[in-house]
Amino acid sequence: MELTNYLGLAAILFAIGSATVLLRRNSIVVFMGIELMLNATNLVLVTFARMHGDITGQLLAFFVMVVAAAEVVVGLAIIITIFRARRSASVDDVNLLQS
Amino acid sequence: MQTLALAPWLVATPSLGAAILLLAGRRTDRWGHWVGVLASAATFVVGLVMLLDMFGMAPEERVAHHTVGTWVDAGALHVDLGFQIDPLSMTFVMLVTFVGTLIHVYSVAYMSHDLDRRRFFAYLNLFVAAMLLLVLADSYLVLFVGWEGVGLASFLLIGFWDHERVNAVAGKKAFVMNRVGDMGLLVAMMLMLATFGAVDFETVIGASAQGAPGASQAVMIAIGLMLLLAACGKSAQFPLQAWLGDAMAGPTPVSALIHAATMVTAGVYLLVRSGPVLEAAPDAQLVVAIVGAVTLLFGAIVGCAKDDIKKTLAASTMSQIGYMMLAAGLGPVGYAFAIFHLITHGFFKAGLFLGAGSVMHAMGDTVDMRRFGGLARLLPVTTITMGLGWLAILGVPPFSGFYSKDKIIEAAFMGEGWRPWVFGFAALLGAGITAYYMSRLFFMTFAGRRRWASDGPDAPHPHEAPALMVWPMIVLAVGSAGLGFALNVGDGFVHWLEPVVGHTEHHEPVLPVWLLIALTLVLVVLGAALAFRQYAMSAVPTTPPHAHALVRAARVDLHQDDVNEALVMRPGQYLTRALVYSDRTAVDAGWLGLAGGIGRFGDRLRRLQSGYVRQYAAQTLGGLAVIAVVVWLLSGQVG
Amino acid sequence: MSSGFPWLTVLIAWPLVAAAATALTGVGRGRPSAGVVRAGRFGAGAARWVALVGALVEVGLLVGAFLAFDTTAAATYQLTETYRWIPALGASYAVGVDGVALLLVALSVGLVPLVILAAWHEQGGDRSRLRRYLATVLVLEAFMVAVFAARDVFLFYVLFEAMLIPAYFLIGGFGQGSQRRYAAVKFLLFSLAGGLVMLAAVVALYLQVPVEQRGPQTFLTENLIANLAASLDPTAERLMFAAFFLAFAIKAPMVPVHTWLPDVAENATPGTSTLLICVLDKVGTFGMLTLCLPLFPEASRWAAPFVIVLAVISILYGAILAIGQNDLLRLIGYTSVSHFGFIILGIFTFTALGISGSSFMMLNHGISTGALFLVAGFAIARHPRHSQRIADYGGLRIVAPVLGGTFLVAGLSALALPGLATFVSEVMVFLGAYGRWPAAVLVAVPAVVLAAMYVLLTYQRMFTGTPSADVANVTDLNGRERTVAGVLIAALVVLGLVPGPALDYVREPGQVSVELVGATEPAAATTQETTQGTTEGSEQ
Repeated sequence: MELTNYLGLAAILFAIGSATVLLRRNSIVVFMGIELMLNATNLVLVTFARMHGDITGQLLAFFVMVVAAAEVVVGLAIIITIFRARRSASVDDVNLLQS
Repeated sequence: MQTLALAPWLVATPSLGAAILLLAGRRTDRWGHWVGVLASAATFVVGLVMLLDMFGMAPEERVAHHTVGTWVDAGALHVDLGFQIDPLSMTFVMLVTFVGTLIHVYSVAYMSHDLDRRRFFAYLNLFVAAMLLLVLADSYLVLFVGWEGVGLASFLLIGFWDHERVNAVAGKKAFVMNRVGDMGLLVAMMLMLATFGAVDFETVIGASAQGAPGASQAVMIAIGLMLLLAACGKSAQFPLQAWLGDAMAGPTPVSALIHAATMVTAGVYLLVRSGPVLEAAPDAQLVVAIVGAVTLLFGAIVGCAKDDIKKTLAASTMSQIGYMMLAAGLGPVGYAFAIFHLITHGFFKAGLFLGAGSVMHAMGDTVDMRRFGGLARLLPVTTITMGLGWLAILGVPPFSGFYSKDKIIEAAFMGEGWRPWVFGFAALLGAGITAYYMSRLFFMTFAGRRRWASDGPDAPHPHEAPALMVWPMIVLAVGSAGLGFALNVGDGFVHWLEPVVGHTEHHEPVLPVWLLIALTLVLVVLGAALAFRQYAMSAVPTTPPHAHALVRAARVDLHQDDVNEALVMRPGQYLTRALVYSDRTAVDAGWLGLAGGIGRFGDRLRRLQSGYVRQYAAQTLGGLAVIAVVVWLLSGQVG
Repeated sequence: MSSGFPWLTVLIAWPLVAAAATALTGVGRGRPSAGVVRAGRFGAGAARWVALVGALVEVGLLVGAFLAFDTTAAATYQLTETYRWIPALGASYAVGVDGVALLLVALSVGLVPLVILAAWHEQGGDRSRLRRYLATVLVLEAFMVAVFAARDVFLFYVLFEAMLIPAYFLIGGFGQGSQRRYAAVKFLLFSLAGGLVMLAAVVALYLQVPVEQRGPQTFLTENLIANLAASLDPTAERLMFAAFFLAFAIKAPMVPVHTWLPDVAENATPGTSTLLICVLDKVGTFGMLTLCLPLFPEASRWAAPFVIVLAVISILYGAILAIGQNDLLRLIGYTSVSHFGFIILGIFTFTALGISGSSFMMLNHGISTGALFLVAGFAIARHPRHSQRIADYGGLRIVAPVLGGTFLVAGLSALALPGLATFVSEVMVFLGAYGRWPAAVLVAVPAVVLAAMYVLLTYQRMFTGTPSADVANVTDLNGRERTVAGVLIAALVVLGLVPGPALDYVREPGQVSVELVGATEPAAATTQETTQGTTEGSEQ
């Protein structure tokens, strides 16, 4: 099986994810974009692990999954808190850090 | 010399007096002045013991060193705290301590009403200590300590009554102008160290006496001129003479001791001491003589127009020191006479100043001679003592000045080419003018009608001064009368100095000696007679009459202050203001501008931070893409 | 690694202990519940005594260090201690002093108790504030001692920057001027700008050491000198010299990077200015002498003409600007610009005489300017509005003769009057410098006249004439103030009359510095002539 196909799929997934992050305003959707990018990266890691016959890449993918899960928990909590406070889930409304 | 080890005590004793009086403060107010007198008198006794010891020795053994220890030792510089004991320094020790002690005694009475009399005596003792260090030092660096020390004492004493701003200003002016001269001594020391590798007399003067092998003529001229600059500052010689007139703001005993008898003659001492250095640079020596000649005429002219009794005497001091400088500039023929005149001048000028102090004491501190007149009957002792001083400075035989000043005039006529004629006639002319202005002073004060208000609440009641003031005047008057004759017996004084200044063959002046004496006397009599006609026979106006340009110029010191102001002070003030302004508006503003620029740049960068998450994400992605491209390009190149 | 009693570490650590004790004395007793206020005040007031005793104990320790120091080997580091610190970076805690460093340590330690005494009633009577002030002063003392004792360039750098922290608070937090915060920030920015450039050079210094010679003590000064001598690239050397020199010139302060100084002098308390300008700024000239010259000898010689020109400009510029000042403390600040110019001139003469003179001058300038600042502070404290304007005074000598006398003596030492210590060092610098840079010295000589102007003009304006209404009823110096002024003046007089013992500490370091920088002493013209004569003779 041609392993480069997996890399191509990962690239497409990453592009979709980044486009989602850049173009969509809804923070939940942005979040999903981020997840997509992370999983694209995971795919790359696993692919290369397979390619080199080295288990390190797969190991790293597990770490990414764990961290992503933790991040989703914290991130969703923040988004819900912001939504409650401001009645909006748009990322463009949240710019308090500016000046 | 057995008593050599006493030398440090000459400096230590008055220093101790000053230290006690300054540190113990008001506790010593009641008896402090006697501590001052005692310290000065004790120093005189120490000096006298050493002098008597020196008399008992063969002339060639009279030059000795006493080294206390190393003072400064680092790198190329090694200076001992050493004392040079020889006839020249002992002569000065005697002059300073003897006249100094008399003036201390005089001051006890003169300053008796001053609340700060103790402080005055502290400063006087400080002066004596510094002056003795100056003349006893055996290196230029130690001499410099005394040199600036007397400048400090002079500053403190001129500004003694510093509740009057003008007195303080006069003191500052004296110190600053002295510092201009001190700069010369500093540079001279640099040149000496660079040329001879040392700054002690033995090395520098010893090498110079052998023609300074290895030193270029230019360097020797530079050293000579720098020493002259130093001497000009200290001895109020042209063009640094402007401070002396203002220095009369100090109490009169100060004027007598510091600004007539001793400190102002330090420049002459320096040049005579450094004689061989100047001889190694004849051009510099010539400049010394020229400065002396110019100043002796300058001072004499100024003296003719002054109405302030002390300022007249100050101008006279300037002029008389001009004679000494002229003599010092004539080379070995003149050294002994420069010192001879310095000694006699110390006596008669101190006496004249003390007399002036007595007159001021009698007249309620008035100094305007146009308000005196007819005081001879009221102040007989003062009149006689000042009269003796007057005859002495005129050079009337057999009074002191005749022996010392006429010798200088004689020496000025020696030599070849144009010099004897120019210097000789300058000295001769100076003698005539001196006779005029000193007689003017004498007649305006003591002869003629009284011109002060004899009734009214502020009217003075002229009376003779107390005994403590009178006796020093009498002693000095005796010195004015007889010292010249006494020292001249068998050329005693000249031989006494020979171990230091060397023996010189007798030269013949370009005009016969009898003719010079006669010419001098004729000019003196003419000058005195003119003054007698103007100020004793005819009435003296109480306000200065309108006069021609020269007199008007002489009244303001021939515009020297204006010249200084225009050439130095004003440009200096403008420069100061300009620099203060530009320090803020250019230098500091430059740095602040730089800091501000960085701040503004940061402000611009801050605007990139919009706060929009998606913008940041896009920037991140863009940056990543750029890095990827760069890495790809680089790896492609490397590959 | 240490030899005998760790004098220097104790000297560094003790002020920190004293600072902690001072900061804690009386804390918590000043609560505003009515009954305790008195006790609280007493507690805060007692902090002064704690600080003073602490500083005096430090002086005692200093005496011990002096006794342990061998002046016959003044050029070698003594009382050394070396401990591992960051071996990976080649940095170690290495302290030790040569004669020059020991004198500067002595200056720091000696001035602190006087500054504490002078500050006795400062900070507007707020004693809790005074307590914090004194604690900060003691912290600064520890840093000052440490920076002069540091024998490791990395340690030196860290302390060089760390000193800024207490200094910043002393100026900005406890200053008396209305623009004290501005002055503090300005001081910090100037110092940091120089310090960071220096950091780059410190890093470069490490990289210049050949890899095989790097080790846990790479940054030890003597190791750097030994290891760099062969391998240093000339361009890199000059760049590093420039970076170090910039940092030191800002600190020193040298024209044109001096402009932070007058603002600091104007806004800080006189005590702070004393520590800052008389001690802390010496790190600049000390650094030039102990780091720039031996680490970068070729670059030092290369840069010398340029440095000399700047030094001469500093001398004259500082003096002229001092004459033009209206603010007493700013004026004293500018006089220091002039004096630092002399010190730098002396260092870059590369003659034993000039360098010893500069080293001695670092000590003397500290004492003399300290005296001037502190006595000026006494005068200002007496003015009803605490005015620093010279024109607001007049006739002070008549009402307060001791104040006038001490100010005059301090001023005379600023103009280097013979008999006072500053004269000896100034003459040494002049005479040493003439052998190397005659033209520059001749240009600088008029500074002695300018110095007379700025000192005596100030004295005349403030202390003579009829007493102005503001100061007509002031009291003379009290015992505490007399002690402060008396100690400083006594030091100036003793060092001025008997400079020999002090010169023992700087003479050999001066010679060694000349050797390290690789210069030859200029010989006197007459001896030069004879040596030339003999060589010519031998050639024939």
